[in-house]
Amino acid sequence: MSIISLQDIHKYYGDYHALRGINCEIGEGEFFSLLGPSGCGKTTLLRVIGGFEDVSSGAVILGGQNMAGVPANKRPTNMVFQSYAIFPHLSVAQNVGYGLRKARLSKAEQDAKVTEALEMVGLSGYGARAAHALSGGQRQRVALARALILKPKVLLLDEPLSALDKKMREQMQTELRRLQRQVGITFILVTHDQEEALIMSDRIAVMFEGEIAQVAAPQELYRRPVNRRVGEFIGVMNFLDARHIEGADGKVRFDIHGLGKAVIEPANLPQGARAYAPVVGLRPEALSLIYEGDAPPGKRMAEGDVADLSYYGDMTYYEVLLDGMTDPVTISMKNLASRPVLERGARTRVTWDEGSLVVFGA
Amino acid sequence: MNSEARRGLLLISPTAVYVLLLLAAPLAAVVAFSFWTQDFLTIDRTLTLDNYREAFTDPIYRVLMIRSLIISGVVTVVTVVLAFPIAYFVSFYVPPERKALWIFLITIPFWTSYLLRVFLWKVILGFNGVLNSGLLGLGVIDEPITFILYNANAVVITLAHAFAPFTILPIYVALEKIDRSLIEASRDLGENRVTTFFRVTLPLAMPGVIAAVLIVFIPTIGDYVTPRLVGGPNGLMISNMIQTQFLKLNNAPMGATLAVLAMCAVTAISLIFVFFNRRYLR
Amino acid sequence: MTGGWLRIYAITYLVFLYLPVILLPMFAFNDGTVIAFPLQGFTTEWFVQLAGIEALHGALLNSVIIALTTASLSVVLGICAARASTRFTFPFKAPIMGAIMVPLVLPEIIVAVSLLVVVVQVLNLPLSAWTVIAGHTLICTPFAIAILSSAFQGLDQSLEEAAIDLGETRWEAFKNIILPLVAPGIVASFLICFTISLDEFIIAFFLTGAEPTLPVYIWGQLRFPTKIPAVMALGTLMLVASLIILSVAEFYRRRGVARVGGKDSGGFL
Ligand SMILES: Nc1ncnc2c1ncn2[C@@H]1O[C@H](COP(=O)(O)OP(=O)(O)O)[C@@H](O)[C@H]1O
Ligand SMILES: [Mg+2]
Repeated sequence: MSIISLQDIHKYYGDYHALRGINCEIGEGEFFSLLGPSGCGKTTLLRVIGGFEDVSSGAVILGGQNMAGVPANKRPTNMVFQSYAIFPHLSVAQNVGYGLRKARLSKAEQDAKVTEALEMVGLSGYGARAAHALSGGQRQRVALARALILKPKVLLLDEPLSALDKKMREQMQTELRRLQRQVGITFILVTHDQEEALIMSDRIAVMFEGEIAQVAAPQELYRRPVNRRVGEFIGVMNFLDARHIEGADGKVRFDIHGLGKAVIEPANLPQGARAYAPVVGLRPEALSLIYEGDAPPGKRMAEGDVADLSYYGDMTYYEVLLDGMTDPVTISMKNLASRPVLERGARTRVTWDEGSLVVFGA
Repeated sequence: MNSEARRGLLLISPTAVYVLLLLAAPLAAVVAFSFWTQDFLTIDRTLTLDNYREAFTDPIYRVLMIRSLIISGVVTVVTVVLAFPIAYFVSFYVPPERKALWIFLITIPFWTSYLLRVFLWKVILGFNGVLNSGLLGLGVIDEPITFILYNANAVVITLAHAFAPFTILPIYVALEKIDRSLIEASRDLGENRVTTFFRVTLPLAMPGVIAAVLIVFIPTIGDYVTPRLVGGPNGLMISNMIQTQFLKLNNAPMGATLAVLAMCAVTAISLIFVFFNRRYLR
Repeated sequence: MTGGWLRIYAITYLVFLYLPVILLPMFAFNDGTVIAFPLQGFTTEWFVQLAGIEALHGALLNSVIIALTTASLSVVLGICAARASTRFTFPFKAPIMGAIMVPLVLPEIIVAVSLLVVVVQVLNLPLSAWTVIAGHTLICTPFAIAILSSAFQGLDQSLEEAAIDLGETRWEAFKNIILPLVAPGIVASFLICFTISLDEFIIAFFLTGAEPTLPVYIWGQLRFPTKIPAVMALGTLMLVASLIILSVAEFYRRRGVARVGGKDSGGFL
């Protein structure tokens, strides 16, 4: 059952149309991410949910209640701000216990809750520290503890990891995920980092220019982006011109420029599409180089030249210009001892996985 | 109007209303008065340009006005020219941890009573004053120098002292804002220290210099204490006349006229000054 | 590189700045009625004399009351304006703020004359401490705004939102988060306004009623050579008082900077 229901939300800043009809259901206990390029309206949507921005039209339903006219301080949501907004004149414990003032607890109960919250985020013993003397990662934990201590129905996080360095960010990603499972609260995470969204989320909403382009679980999103733009934004994708061929047997076939013909399984077709776009997508791992001595690949094979390559240690990404094509395709190969890294200009054979083809609706 | 704008307007309104009632309205009243006349205690409210005619024809007003503008101009130039090297020194040569101390040192003298500071300049510059006793004692001069008290020079010296922090601070702030790598870049591109100063540092410091000029020039015209105490008869300024018109001659309309004229003159000169320096203010 | 000539110039300039300030205590402790060199010997007589001058005590009390009232009003008006200008956007913001800051560059005599005209000629009210307060508040408010704006400016807007998010109302968030964080700025601006008002003469001379302020009283004394040594003593005491007040203001400003964990970047002037 859904805890949040966003119904046709529009938001204008003056003439600027920042949110253009957002419809979305977010489930209870879900780790939900809003993913999109900078300026697409993620923060605005998060602030609309938190009650920091009024909507121009539409409704936010939270736990079955329409939030129209409910101010931020009365909503069952709490926010982890991008700057963390740690009160600099208060101690860590005072920051974490800040929202408990309204709860009318005894001093001992309050202290117990604060201690528990600090423990939960791995800051036991830091309560007496001055807030402004904390490192970035510690501030982030204080902000988390301060919001979670109030047991909100929904925790809102605005790019909480963007201010951390890479190592710290990766550590916090797993930790946040663990914390979310532990407390069982719905998390809504805003991020512009597709990898972060894939790692952490149960479901992801991809936004462009104030609209949601697709809502899906990470695998589904990666596997079946609904359009070229989403496919491009999530990971790397090759786009190849393709012609839809009506088969007499009712199967959907594509003639793909540079690769040849392919039959698409019904499960891999975009749902509800009446026509198909004249292009198909193929992830770099759906294409592979064929080395000398590998088993002969059968009919799905093409040839080309290595135009460029990037060596990543565990992987190598090749740009291969297939015969008869003008743009190279990107192919990723795991580096194994039996597979020498090819040189630029080398001639190579390429095979591809028909089942991984992505077809878009028109 | 959205709620943010409404809140902002509500919040600013006490201050805005205060300024409206106690500055804008009174200024309007002064302008109105300048077109009226007064006969002993009764105000004649027929609009007339008589006051302005008198202000422009009677040589005493003209002399005072021109002298005031000249003194203010000279004070401004002297103060800014003397202050710039100090601001430059503190910004470029004083180590960062000592800058606050220097600024503090520069501002301390200005927390002495203003009246007493002016009075003490009279003591310093006078015939038997500190300066003359000192110079005589040292044998630098044989008889007391007299050209520095009870004339315009004394007014300039005293005001240059009075406005020192108000000029040093804006220039200092402007200099502090200059990215030091710009100066290094200029040196790297072949300019020497002096040409770098004129091609990079000074243009970038101009907003501070312009602010300093306005901060000195405009209020100086309104000072009547310094001319009265150290100016002598030939160092009196328009403000002394305004004060006399209001408080001694009880001729508020004439005082108002002179006030309006002084304000217009200062504003016009300031605007012209800013106009000619507008390219630095972008 | 220590800027050889510049340093010499800077030190000379400091001597110029401090010349009158150093003379003040010299003559205050000088055992002679004439304010001239050579000094006559040490005495504290002039300070003792101060204690016996009734008119001076009245003027001092009057000035302190005026300065306290002015500072309170200026700080309240300053908080409104500084908060509005740093936190909100609203129509006509620039012209409104400009008008409020105008007294900063307006010749003081213009402020004095215009208030005098309105109070005496238009409203036909007697001059009193209140007319001085009105004028002083007008010139002090821009100073308060300048100090307070930098205090408000440094605040992350999400601090306030975080407090609201954690259950506070707007007013509570302002009271519990914003005010404590800008408190040092408030104290500093209060003290600055107090000091400005206490020392202001040009406006006070026009607008003061039957009871003079301290500077107006001093002005009256300057005409009588015999009174001047006592005035010097008074000036010395006022300088000391100003310096103490300023040190307190600076202390609070520093504490404010430290409290929010910021870097110290020079004085509040
Ligand atoms: N208070 C505001 N006033 C005007 N425009 C705004 C405001 N807040 C955001 N915007 C605009 O709305 C768009 C979306 O902003 P935001 O939600 O912050 O994007 P994101 O978080 O996805 O980077 C941006 O173009 C931004 O400039
Ligand atoms: Mg954002």
